[in-house]
Amino acid sequence: MRKVAIIGIGMNKWGELWDTSLRELYTEAALAAMDDAGVARVDSMYIGCMSSGLFTGQEHLSSLMADYTGMAGTPATRVESACNSGGVALRQGFIEVASGMSDLVLVGGVEKMTDVDGGMATYALATAADQDYESFHGVTFPGLYAMIANAHMARYGTTREQLAMVAVKNHHNGSMNARAQYPFEITVEGVLDSVRVADPLRILDCSPITDGAAAVILCPLEKAKEYSDKAVVEIVGSGHATDTIALHSRKDLSWLGATYTAAQRAYAMAGCKPEDIDLAEVHDCFTIAEICVTEALGFFDKGDGGPAVERGDTAITGKIPVNSSGGLKSKGHPVGATGVAQIVELTEQLRGESGKRQVKNARRGLAQNMGGSGGSTTVHILEVK
Amino acid sequence: MSTSAKLKREMPQRYRMEAGKCTTCGYIAFPPRSICPECQAREFDTVILPDEGTILTHTVIRVAPSQFTDEAPYAIAIIELGEGARVLCQLVDCDLEQIAIGDPVKIEFRRIQAEGKSGVLFYGYKAVPA
Repeated sequence: MRKVAIIGIGMNKWGELWDTSLRELYTEAALAAMDDAGVARVDSMYIGCMSSGLFTGQEHLSSLMADYTGMAGTPATRVESACNSGGVALRQGFIEVASGMSDLVLVGGVEKMTDVDGGMATYALATAADQDYESFHGVTFPGLYAMIANAHMARYGTTREQLAMVAVKNHHNGSMNARAQYPFEITVEGVLDSVRVADPLRILDCSPITDGAAAVILCPLEKAKEYSDKAVVEIVGSGHATDTIALHSRKDLSWLGATYTAAQRAYAMAGCKPEDIDLAEVHDCFTIAEICVTEALGFFDKGDGGPAVERGDTAITGKIPVNSSGGLKSKGHPVGATGVAQIVELTEQLRGESGKRQVKNARRGLAQNMGGSGGSTTVHILEVK
Repeated sequence: MSTSAKLKREMPQRYRMEAGKCTTCGYIAFPPRSICPECQAREFDTVILPDEGTILTHTVIRVAPSQFTDEAPYAIAIIELGEGARVLCQLVDCDLEQIAIGDPVKIEFRRIQAEGKSGVLFYGYKAVPA
């Protein structure tokens, strides 16, 4: 297996982008990544996208995106794994370069979510749950994570305030990110007073509906310097795992098993441990998710994810900075793009290009991207050479 | 999105709560499965889930998907029905502020939703306080 480097990154300013279409979003990020890498063409392309069909009526993104990035003829593959689509797309690109099948691979992620109203967006997102045994009964994604939150709070004593602190931290980080959808600070009181969505979660516990895209360019590590004179970032670990699609089928409702397993696989490939990670981008689709994920990744013991936020361990200046980008909460969550945008943030951090939100001495970063209520997860570990 | 074929296909689970019980390890599969996720055996007996259980976790949905907007707020719970069998369903006829983990509930046959403009009615199981 060949070693794989990231030589280009690209991303747009995220938000409710009513003037920008699905194909324009993707093309903008893809071309920015190609310019960053200094390449005019790629050998192959992966596109992470959850539900362009329901959000815009457009499927067949392989053809569309190869065509509109000026590369019709190039092999292209659309990858779907709900909100983990971007993470799985990255893993497929990694495997293709590692295997020797291709040298230059573009991995992009995109979601255009605001061409439909809120009810339709909620419906489209709920297709990531078990349609016949969860969605049929009227549960939503905030509802599923709210049930994880109640289980976690009952078992470990996690507090409502600790959930709010995750959102406050991520908005603080996002306020320093020019590409974030909501780049402003919020307060614990503001979260606790915000509109109730699914008890105990309120609107400021939830990631937003977002239009956006992100892209990276991969190549064999040994050829990285031929293309780019920037610091070389290598993908040293890739882990992928699934869990039951229905939350109620899991033995422990407060534990994300697929995240644990994917992380163990990534740590084993990278030859490192949780304490060797300098920063992480994780899937905070809801505040409780970040708490559960930091436990499953091994950063904290079971039940210590809430107290860890309160101690400031996950702040940019803390023991293990989590979501320096602002996370899904502040940066936005165009579902198919999220997993790729995490790699954009880590690469920038490892290159030392993150400005005010730069994590000091960042040498090794971890990205965790998750689909549904935790039914699929990818974990990638990046290292600057 | 449903067709009459889909409605008919799901009646054994929604109307009668039919499950599969692994003849090797006793795992309860609801809905029935072809292979046991615990022991990979492929033989199941058809069993009916018990109609009493306890709440493992719960929430109150206040922002609902389009087909449930008129019913919000409503409670949803994950319920343990004995022998490891679990279901997710609505919890009704209760005080939304007083639901607690560990509460005993009973399963009843109720109307779940009316679909779209055609107004096709869907029936199934909901929980009520025991």
